[in-house]
Amino acid sequence: MSTVAMITARGLFGRRRALMLLPLPLLLIGLAALCKSFDVEPTNWGQPVIEALGFAVVLPVIALIVGTGVLGSEIDDGTLVHILTKPLPRRDIILAKYLVAAVVTAITTSIPLYVVGLLTGSAAFAGALAIAAVVGSFAYTALFVLLSLLTRRPVLLGLVYILIWEGLLGRWVSGTRVLSIEQYVITIADKIHPTTMLTGQVSVTTAVVMSALFVVVSTVVAINRLGSFSLAGETS
Amino acid sequence: MTTSVETTPTTAPAQTPAGVIDLQNVSRWYGNVVAVNDITMSLNAGVTGLLGPNGAGKTTVLHMMAGFLAPSKGEVTIHGKPAWRNPAVYRDLGLVTEREAVHAFLTAEQFVLACAKMQKLKDPAGAARRALELVEMTDAADRRIGTFSKGMRQRTRVAAALVHEPKVLLLDEPFNGMDPRQRMHMMELLHRLGDNGHTILFSSHILEEVEQVAGLVQVIVAGRLAASGDYRKIRRLMTTRPHVFAVRSSDDRRLAVALIGEKSVSGIEIETTGMTVRASDYGDFTRVLPRIALDQGIRLHQLVPSDESLESVFSYLLEA
Repeated sequence: MSTVAMITARGLFGRRRALMLLPLPLLLIGLAALCKSFDVEPTNWGQPVIEALGFAVVLPVIALIVGTGVLGSEIDDGTLVHILTKPLPRRDIILAKYLVAAVVTAITTSIPLYVVGLLTGSAAFAGALAIAAVVGSFAYTALFVLLSLLTRRPVLLGLVYILIWEGLLGRWVSGTRVLSIEQYVITIADKIHPTTMLTGQVSVTTAVVMSALFVVVSTVVAINRLGSFSLAGETS
Repeated sequence: MTTSVETTPTTAPAQTPAGVIDLQNVSRWYGNVVAVNDITMSLNAGVTGLLGPNGAGKTTVLHMMAGFLAPSKGEVTIHGKPAWRNPAVYRDLGLVTEREAVHAFLTAEQFVLACAKMQKLKDPAGAARRALELVEMTDAADRRIGTFSKGMRQRTRVAAALVHEPKVLLLDEPFNGMDPRQRMHMMELLHRLGDNGHTILFSSHILEEVEQVAGLVQVIVAGRLAASGDYRKIRRLMTTRPHVFAVRSSDDRRLAVALIGEKSVSGIEIETTGMTVRASDYGDFTRVLPRIALDQGIRLHQLVPSDESLESVFSYLLEA
């Protein structure tokens, strides 16, 4: 399992797409720092920077890059075969890859969100944002690792989920929020340290239970799908 | 009527195949395209060549054997266990795919060592070193795979597939992209492994490759098993088949008259650009032609075999 994790991590940071992980967190911190330097009240910039940029864009997009990077790119370039031709339970392979993805995403998103929280002037709020980002990282990457096994275009499908389902439908159709990781994350952060900057739109029970369900169901289905992984033949 | 109940269990095992790799009436289709059609084969220790033109279904067969494709019908077993959805088979099976994807950021040694560790070997470092020695990659072992030539990459992948000393090794077009020396070396390696009791199956669309390595050949054409057995028998079939030659000379008509009396010539057509000669015996015809031309004082400008495409060779085999 550690060997799979090692190859996965090296593959993730060995590719150029790893550089794509940097600009978004920097943008997030930069914007917050800018507002702070102009002495704008956090209540004025908190919502757009933290919710609309941090939780709605930075967190899911980084999870998408990493989540599809740990498995999807190995499927694309065919290197996954070297891992699959080993007598390893498919569960171990998925768990190793998932954990690498979730931890990398959690680090890349919780740190900038923590910094942004500090810039609002509250260490407790900063902690709440970081914890919510960690929860979101685990839920999102589980989903995106699974998408890598369900479709040849996991990035596209992931973007549809982030932009259409969460971004568009989530705004206007309240029922879709039950299946929106973004809403769980906002609710969890808001529950840990309530502020006027964030407004949770689902109950905290829903947020916690559904986050766990996303992780468990996605992982179980992914393990099963990997067991039936097929190689395309010469005819394709 | 007299058959007793007890005889059934004793006869049943005799009917079940005892090969290392067994395919029982295996078919595989994609939508309504049939890639592999009702193939039954049983492979044992030694080197077997899987021969067929491109698109015949060789890769599909190999992928089913390696557990990377479910047969639509029939059963594929390795040592009696199903290959599909059974990762345990990889303890004793190595696969070298045609697609030469490798983790380019690892060195050859790191890559083979990682494979040894994932196989949970007792001495992964030792196993990796032995595997790299076997394919003569020790000198380049600490270089990143991304910097390798195609042949070196191929050998590294073979080392990775052999690191746990599997009894079964499947290779898809292993000689593609290798230079003659590397090819020779790989052939020797496969020979050696086959002689040591490993079951080796490699696919190729080039008869000469198969002939140099494999004692046994399975020929697949259009998804069906066209021929199976000793390569010499198949080779004979291929050399005694009718051959077609395009011939141009200083006097086609006079040459045609002289040639048609020969037993090895079964037909001649004269065209404006030369003539087409059908020979029933390749060897005889190629010996007779220059002699006749010399006797008749005719100068030969061109002699080109015109049906040497693999497809025509294989379709002939299919008919034979």
